[in-house]
Amino acid sequence: MTTTTPQAVLAPTRARTAADSPTARRRQGFQHGGWFVAPFLVLFALFVIWPLLRGVYLSLTDANISGDGAGFVGLDNYREALHDQLMWDALGHSAYFTLLVVPCITVLALLLALLAHHIERGKWLWRLCFFIPFLLPSTVAGNLWQWLFNPGTGMVNYLFGLDTPWLTGTSYAMLAVVITTLWWTVGFSFLLYLAALQNIPAHLYEAAELDGANVWHRMVHITLPMLRNITGLVIALQILASLQVFDQAVVMQDFGPGPEGSTRTFVQYTLEEGFTSYRVGYASAISIIFFVIIAAVALARMWLLRNREEDAR
Amino acid sequence: MTADTAQAPVKSRTRKPWSPSQVVLTLIGVAVSAVFLAPLAWALFTSLKSETEAVEVPAHWLPEDWTGQAWKALFATGNITDWFVNSLVVSICVTVVVLLVSALAGYGFARTEFRGKAFLMGTVMAGLMVSPAVLGVPLFTTVQQMGMVDTYWGMILPQCAPAAMVYILYKFFQGIPKELEEAAFIDGAGRWRVFFTIIVPLSRPSLSAVGIFTFIASWNNFLWPYMVTNNPDLMTMPNGIATVMNSYGIQWAQLMAGGLMAGLPLIVVFVFFQRQIVSGVAHTGLAGQ
Repeated sequence: MTTTTPQAVLAPTRARTAADSPTARRRQGFQHGGWFVAPFLVLFALFVIWPLLRGVYLSLTDANISGDGAGFVGLDNYREALHDQLMWDALGHSAYFTLLVVPCITVLALLLALLAHHIERGKWLWRLCFFIPFLLPSTVAGNLWQWLFNPGTGMVNYLFGLDTPWLTGTSYAMLAVVITTLWWTVGFSFLLYLAALQNIPAHLYEAAELDGANVWHRMVHITLPMLRNITGLVIALQILASLQVFDQAVVMQDFGPGPEGSTRTFVQYTLEEGFTSYRVGYASAISIIFFVIIAAVALARMWLLRNREEDAR
Repeated sequence: MTADTAQAPVKSRTRKPWSPSQVVLTLIGVAVSAVFLAPLAWALFTSLKSETEAVEVPAHWLPEDWTGQAWKALFATGNITDWFVNSLVVSICVTVVVLLVSALAGYGFARTEFRGKAFLMGTVMAGLMVSPAVLGVPLFTTVQQMGMVDTYWGMILPQCAPAAMVYILYKFFQGIPKELEEAAFIDGAGRWRVFFTIIVPLSRPSLSAVGIFTFIASWNNFLWPYMVTNNPDLMTMPNGIATVMNSYGIQWAQLMAGGLMAGLPLIVVFVFFQRQIVSGVAHTGLAGQ
């Protein structure tokens, strides 16, 4: 920047005075800020907001798959949903899956991360081993474990000398999906924990060591408290992902609902209603119910977090 | 143990000798890794068996007859190369678009002012709860209305509005010291120039983490392509593999070969980029700082 010409000297001053007036600043700000977020907002409006609004509208109609000739039926779909045992069952299966997966994955990911963090040699190898399953498509993970759980030809029963009907027993089918999910997805949370462990400042441990804290003390008084934020994030992400479980469950049951419908999850039920029974209106209504449940869970988490932050103050 | 002390000092990069606790931890690590890798080894060995041997009872690990017939059959009967190319096109497009729009939006929300910003940011946060899984049917009818069913556009664009990535980058951009930008503003640089010459280079680790996770998610996305296309020529790897199962009956050896093919590209990417991935996650604020 050469500052020899008078214009160049004046320019910044002029810019500053113009920017000082609030309206000018806002206008200029809109020009820039608005354009930065605009491309995303267009996509977001088309593929998130509009489908959501459309879903609300469709849920009040008896639309079929083409969406044509839909008659307005008011709240009939919602009334029907309240008495739909299959919907409540599907919701129950998704909730049961979530209750089993979330605590297991959180603890498992933490243990794996601590292990990989504390072994001094071959760090890349442990990262690779624990993360590899997450790199497989869900259909592949599902097929692989369907194969492993196969009663006659599969490895699970053979290795452990069991005779368990993993895929065909009503009380085992969902358990098989849970085990598959743990193996397949724990790597992601493991990586989050590993990154968080690396972010803990080393001087905390050095100071504790000088004070004579042993391994256990350091774990309880430094590591675990420093991981509290990431644990909250892992749990939140896992709850949202687990409630939306679909892929593994259908793949392991050859796109069916499982023995006596025991692995039919909420997402699967909406898609069945929408694409198999062609009841788009009804499918939209239960999708909206599902959206409200997810939103309630997310808001409850935010509310709990806010309370905790206020307690901390 | 003695090997360490015998090593030339140049070669040993500040290596500590094996302590008893390290020996124990490493052994645990080996055992846990074996559990994690066993299913993959099982898939690999199955893919090298003949179809009849694959379903023999009782199951056994190693093929008695090593054969590549499942791999050959996979390429001969399926559209596997098409699916591979489709996956590549879809995932690369999604990754490029997501990186571009979410970096711009994250920066816009973090550092610029405009009317309605708070409201729009709140809407985007609410969008975190909407996914094809939650509102699949209305999303499908929307895409249908736009005439994008069974097209690349229909597969790509709905994956390109991830509120989560905007939020992650928004958090990261907020953490960049304002002074870095202000110096450039005083020198006369505009917003766009500051963004591309200062912010983007500073954000490389975060952007690569976001890009890699977007790529993984898109490559492995099953539900959306499953809904939006029935055309075997347009399917992506995960969907194609799922149809191998349906249309030919269960051919386990072939299925395992296909599964390994679908997983391989990402495994290769991860092997090369894992250091960047972990440091990227640590930088993004994904790690909850």
